[in-house]
Amino acid sequence: MTAATDLGTHPASRQGVTSRRFLSRFEPYFYAAPAIVLLVTVMMVPLVVGLTYTVRDIRILNPFSGGYVGFAHFEAIWHDQNFHNALYNTFWWTVSSLFFQFFLGLTLALLLNRTFPGRRIIQSLVFLPWAVPAFLSGLNWAWMFNPVISPLPQWLFTLGILSEPTNILSDPDLAMWGPIIANIWFGIPFFAITLLAALQSIPGEIYEAASIDGASRKQQFVSITLPFLAPTIAITLMLRTIWIANFADLIIVMTNGGPADSTQIVSSYIFTQAFRRLDFGYASAIAAVLLVLLMAYAVSIIFIRRSLLRET
Amino acid sequence: MAYYAKSKGQRVVDWSVHYGLLACYLFFALFPLFWLFKVAVTPTKLLYSEGIRMWPSEMTWTNFTQVMTDTDFPQFFINSAIVSGSTAFISTLIAAAAGYSFSRFHYRGKAVIIVLMLVTQMFPLVMLIAPIFRILTPLGLTDSLLGLVVVYTAFNVPFATFLMQSFFDGIPKDLEEAAMIDGNTRFGALVKIIFPLTLPGIAATLGFVFTAAWSELLFALMLVSSPDAVTFPVGLLTFVSKFSVDFGQMMAAGFLALIPAAIFFFLIQRYLVQGLTAGAVKG
Repeated sequence: MTAATDLGTHPASRQGVTSRRFLSRFEPYFYAAPAIVLLVTVMMVPLVVGLTYTVRDIRILNPFSGGYVGFAHFEAIWHDQNFHNALYNTFWWTVSSLFFQFFLGLTLALLLNRTFPGRRIIQSLVFLPWAVPAFLSGLNWAWMFNPVISPLPQWLFTLGILSEPTNILSDPDLAMWGPIIANIWFGIPFFAITLLAALQSIPGEIYEAASIDGASRKQQFVSITLPFLAPTIAITLMLRTIWIANFADLIIVMTNGGPADSTQIVSSYIFTQAFRRLDFGYASAIAAVLLVLLMAYAVSIIFIRRSLLRET
Repeated sequence: MAYYAKSKGQRVVDWSVHYGLLACYLFFALFPLFWLFKVAVTPTKLLYSEGIRMWPSEMTWTNFTQVMTDTDFPQFFINSAIVSGSTAFISTLIAAAAGYSFSRFHYRGKAVIIVLMLVTQMFPLVMLIAPIFRILTPLGLTDSLLGLVVVYTAFNVPFATFLMQSFFDGIPKDLEEAAMIDGNTRFGALVKIIFPLTLPGIAATLGFVFTAAWSELLFALMLVSSPDAVTFPVGLLTFVSKFSVDFGQMMAAGFLALIPAAIFFFLIQRYLVQGLTAGAVKG
């Protein structure tokens, strides 16, 4: 104990220059080490283990499971009508959520990128949905669509959007719009926050110079604002696509995939397989398929962006 | 900017449209939350008869008091507070260290680590449920708050690291170099000079991670089954399936769940925009 404290109080005099050089060389790694260790043990190792599950029969309550099954899971996925349906739903879920989140978020960011009385309080309030836990947004919106305790179905009926003031969550043709609307509500602030940050980093002098040159506001938007926002837009759209495609919370809470699987997306289907049927082998195989599809998407977006940059 | 070139009439129209649009956004953002509160303070007997009235003819706090006294929600609340608080604290500490190393040093393997962190943002976390469950079971970390803290910390460190890095990038290097010339070690300079300057960034990161951990549902649902370790989201979800009739209590519990996240978010959202702006300037 005392020896250790002695060492601690006079490290420089005892160990000299070499150890200090050693320290400074490895210093960056000391700072990054905890993050790396954590990511490797909690995310990378499970990912690799999860990939090995895709070729094994892993059912939690079955002591005889665990055997090697080759590509049987992938063959089953290929013929699984529920999976095809989930894939189709994932596409619509992602595209429509993203479309509205992005355009409404961009408009909001542009509105907030001016100085006006009340701006700070309005900004805090419109960003609030992002702080609402996803499960709570889901529950809340599930209640909002219930015609008995919420005026929303009646309003939609009055506006002519619904032919009857019923609960859209129980109508297989319309149910997907429930989670999508909840997702739009929840996701607008994300785009607004990131795009507002990007807007605020555009130097004001550029606009001043442009307006002296007689450029209209529309021209300024097209030739200054959009090019400045483009990198942020590209990266946030890509990340959000992947996050939304993976985002099962709202659907699990609001509809649990129903009615009649009309809102089942791939990630909620994985969850159903793992959690309700405890078939982890099959769930992992579906997850691997989703992973490959999303990676292909990300790589192709990066590729398209590169070739566009090269052209200009 | 270009507005002074316009006539007064045009400006009035301009600002009316501006405030009109913002009012629409405000309504869309706040109405569901208002409704949550409205149902929570509606007496059960009026719930259906006055289901679509804007405000009940009688108001009551009994739903809130019942949730606090007759259910396990206070326990769930404490569990969630412990998990989210510890996750926020540990993640921010780890992310600050990693973000500092990204911001200040050039070293071999840095690019690999950054790519690794980006990749973790991409893959479906549901894929990790099965392996993590299998790995944590023999360690005794399923069914425990500690297990959730470990998992949530790993999930949040990548984004938190990028956020912290952008805050460090906004602080000139000269500051700690000057302190190091004065005889401080780098770590000493970091603690004495840089740390106080990054407090807003640390607050933003803490708040961001806290909100994320507070909301997490799927892993909490998978990894925890005994009532002593159930977090708020899971508690609320089981509440829905067990007592699907009592909307008032559910809404009251939900409203209570919203408060900590909302408070945190109010405190941090300005810094969040600042932090992302700093990152964007860097390019």
